Amino acid sequence: MSRAFLALLQRDLRLAIRAGGGAGLGVVFFLAVVVVTPFAIGPDLALLARIGPAILWIGALLASLIGLDRLFAADAEDGSLDVMSMLELPLELIAAAKGLAHWIATGLPLVIAAPVLSLLLNLQPASIGALTLTLLVGTPAITFLGLIGAAFAAAFRRGGLLVAVLVMPLTIPVLIFAVAATGTALGGTVPFGTPFRILAGLSLAAMVLGPIAAAAALRATRD
Amino acid sequence: MRLVVEGLACRRGARLLFEGLGFNLESGRALIVTGPNGTGKSSLLRILAGLSEPAAGRLRLEGAAEPEDFAEGIHYLGHLDAHKAALSAEENLSFWRAMLGRPALTVGEAMEEVGLGGLGGLPVAVLSAGQKRRLALARLLVAERPLWLLDEPTTALDVAAQARFAALARAHVEKGGMIVAATHAPLDLGPSDALDLGARRPASPIAAVVA
Repeated sequence: MSRAFLALLQRDLRLAIRAGGGAGLGVVFFLAVVVVTPFAIGPDLALLARIGPAILWIGALLASLIGLDRLFAADAEDGSLDVMSMLELPLELIAAAKGLAHWIATGLPLVIAAPVLSLLLNLQPASIGALTLTLLVGTPAITFLGLIGAAFAAAFRRGGLLVAVLVMPLTIPVLIFAVAATGTALGGTVPFGTPFRILAGLSLAAMVLGPIAAAAALRATRD
Repeated sequence: MRLVVEGLACRRGARLLFEGLGFNLESGRALIVTGPNGTGKSSLLRILAGLSEPAAGRLRLEGAAEPEDFAEGIHYLGHLDAHKAALSAEENLSFWRAMLGRPALTVGEAMEEVGLGGLGGLPVAVLSAGQKRRLALARLLVAERPLWLLDEPTTALDVAAQARFAALARAHVEKGGMIVAATHAPLDLGPSDALDLGARRPASPIAAVVA
């Protein structure tokens, strides 16, 4: 069973890297958002340092949603999903493997790019550290919550925007606690650990509930 | 092993495709499902595969670990080939071999069997329709499953490949396997029963599996 899980993980990673896979697309989008922001806000370094973490997080949130609409839809269109739903490996773990592959291909590059892009927004070293840590813990939550929208997009076919509309409200708690945790690095009465632990909890819950909900959606919508 | 189907009915939208369908399929036999377009051949196979719910009726695979839920004992080959165009033929096949479990032939052997030897390194995107279909048939050979559900298995295959496929299917049946194949082309799959869904429109729901 773990062999099948790893095989699926490997295939999805390979597809993401190959031409047309779109693994780098998220980082490019992230870069675009972060580079454009200082031009819009102006050369106020203090202001940039204060709102920088929020901008980086919004960029990462939107970049994480890229490609989610095709996650199950591509497998549904070429018949792979039919074969996959008849395996010993339950659909929940198939969804989890696809989610993990998607996070490694799109979420992890965002985490790695974030410290570099933080420099463009005049973030302090402490803020950069806090931000990178919250992205590392928080982006899996977005991807795994996104699995639910991805499963519906497979059923409704052309569901590109649908994923964002369905998933965005679910990710708001993640955004709130991630930005709050990053903000504590700039001072304040709340220690970093308090919002960060809630963020970690949200992430763990999403990793369990996302694949289960996605599998239920795939089962309910197949004809 | 025995596939038992009782009182099966299938509804697509408002239309009843068939009802009261019942048959037994013993180990070592094939069932050829025929009928005009739109009589429910593909729908029947999807129901047997557990991919859609029947409107009524029950099915079970006697002799399986879980007779009521036996999707793991099935190879389902639908209209779609389930390949990724960006991956090579070999990568596609070894992925399915790892996914399906209970391995039978190796990837290389299966490619030889369907006449794709030497083409394993090519991306599926550049294969012809017939070669893609052959690759899909090779999936049946890399993992062990007692029941094969085949939807138009010979689409796009040339005459030689059709004969080759029929020989592979007969070998599966001889080993005690079972096949349910929906087809328009005449197929010799060894000892087989016939089921004509065209003759079973709901107006005349007579139980008829002609031996």
